[in-house]
Amino acid sequence: MIPAGFAYHRPADVASAIAVLQEHGDEARVLAGGHSLIPMMKLRMAAPAHLVDLQDIAELRGIEIGADAVTIGAMVTQHDLIAHEGLAEALPIIREAALQIADPQVRYKGTIGGNVANGDPGNDMPGLMQCLDATYTLAGPDGTREVKAREFYEAAYFTAREDDEILTRITIPRPAAGTGWAYEKVKRKIGDYATAAAAVLVGKGTASVAMTNLADTPVWSEAASAALAAGDVEGCVAAMLEAIDPVEDNRGPVAFKKHAAGVVLRRAIARAQSRAG
Amino acid sequence: MSKTHVKLKVNGREVEGLAEPRMLLIHFLREELGITGPHIGCETSHCGACTVDMDGRSVKSCTVFVAQANGAEITTVEGLANPDGSLGVIQEKFREHHGLQCGFCTPGMITRAHRLLQENPNPTEEEVRFGIAGNLCRCTGYQNIVKAIMAAAAELNAAKEAAE
Repeated sequence: MIPAGFAYHRPADVASAIAVLQEHGDEARVLAGGHSLIPMMKLRMAAPAHLVDLQDIAELRGIEIGADAVTIGAMVTQHDLIAHEGLAEALPIIREAALQIADPQVRYKGTIGGNVANGDPGNDMPGLMQCLDATYTLAGPDGTREVKAREFYEAAYFTAREDDEILTRITIPRPAAGTGWAYEKVKRKIGDYATAAAAVLVGKGTASVAMTNLADTPVWSEAASAALAAGDVEGCVAAMLEAIDPVEDNRGPVAFKKHAAGVVLRRAIARAQSRAG
Repeated sequence: MSKTHVKLKVNGREVEGLAEPRMLLIHFLREELGITGPHIGCETSHCGACTVDMDGRSVKSCTVFVAQANGAEITTVEGLANPDGSLGVIQEKFREHHGLQCGFCTPGMITRAHRLLQENPNPTEEEVRFGIAGNLCRCTGYQNIVKAIMAAAAELNAAKEAAE
């Protein structure tokens, strides 16, 4: 499988990368880990004339653990997330989720920025970022702006990011001490996207619940979160099943997916509650 | 499409060439350099037969453009042999434990096992299985592959201890 030809750019900073995007408009795509884009290019379902490889841009790297928030550079790989001890202490749910993404080789290349920016409903990080109430920083020709993960996703592969913007950083508020957490996923096999996955945070009188691959965007439910915050597990599950909108595909019919969603969510809640304290 | 100049180190040797940016690393290794250890299996980043080590990370070379690998250091299964050409420890343990049947997945398995043992020199069996989850053996010969990796870990650790 040979992709269509393209011109390759490897800029050293974000400003130069944006300049290439501005010059070539929707003919250009940024390349992070490439494990979503390159397969699409090999299938000729994507054929960008210009590819802007972000690997040399140092400002897109790094994980900073602050007292109130954690920031993660867009080019941090899933492997980096798993290996980072400070992150495992501050936000262990990220390691739990990252370990369930694809396989080791893909995790060495796949980045958190690519995972959240691509808008693929099958990706795990968008739902998790909604659960954590993360904020994305987008850099464009006119400077940077911030968009909440909960407001970023419009439809499958459609997001609030403009063609000439690059998602540069993710900022995640640190949950209060004692907050329980879990990321639970069922998939058919290693490397597959979720049949259903759930991200759950639960603390004293607070909760946040989001699910993955059960609609054309990740689904964070305010009603489900409020129910769980009040200790009402069945109310939480009912509200979430109301919020999701799965479609039939090779992972199963709608009724099965709703069933799986309920099972996965209950498991995630139970594990999160067992870790709260 | 104009070609781009690429320079990389493969199995300790500096190599240079001209390649279209769209050329995949696996094609550059096999067709331009004649390094045919890494195999093209599924060509869709599932099977891991094309696994090589790139700057200390296992990657599927069917899902990396050679332009991305410009400046990188690559190790293939050929580079894991001893300098005299005899089998390296992991290769030898695959032979000893019959860790291959048809052999197609073997270069990827061994290259991946190399990186796994660099990162985790003393893995449990479960960690080995999790660590090679990106490599498929269609003969389903996983039992002996796992045994071979566990045996390689033991031998490498014994050699390290002896050296200390």
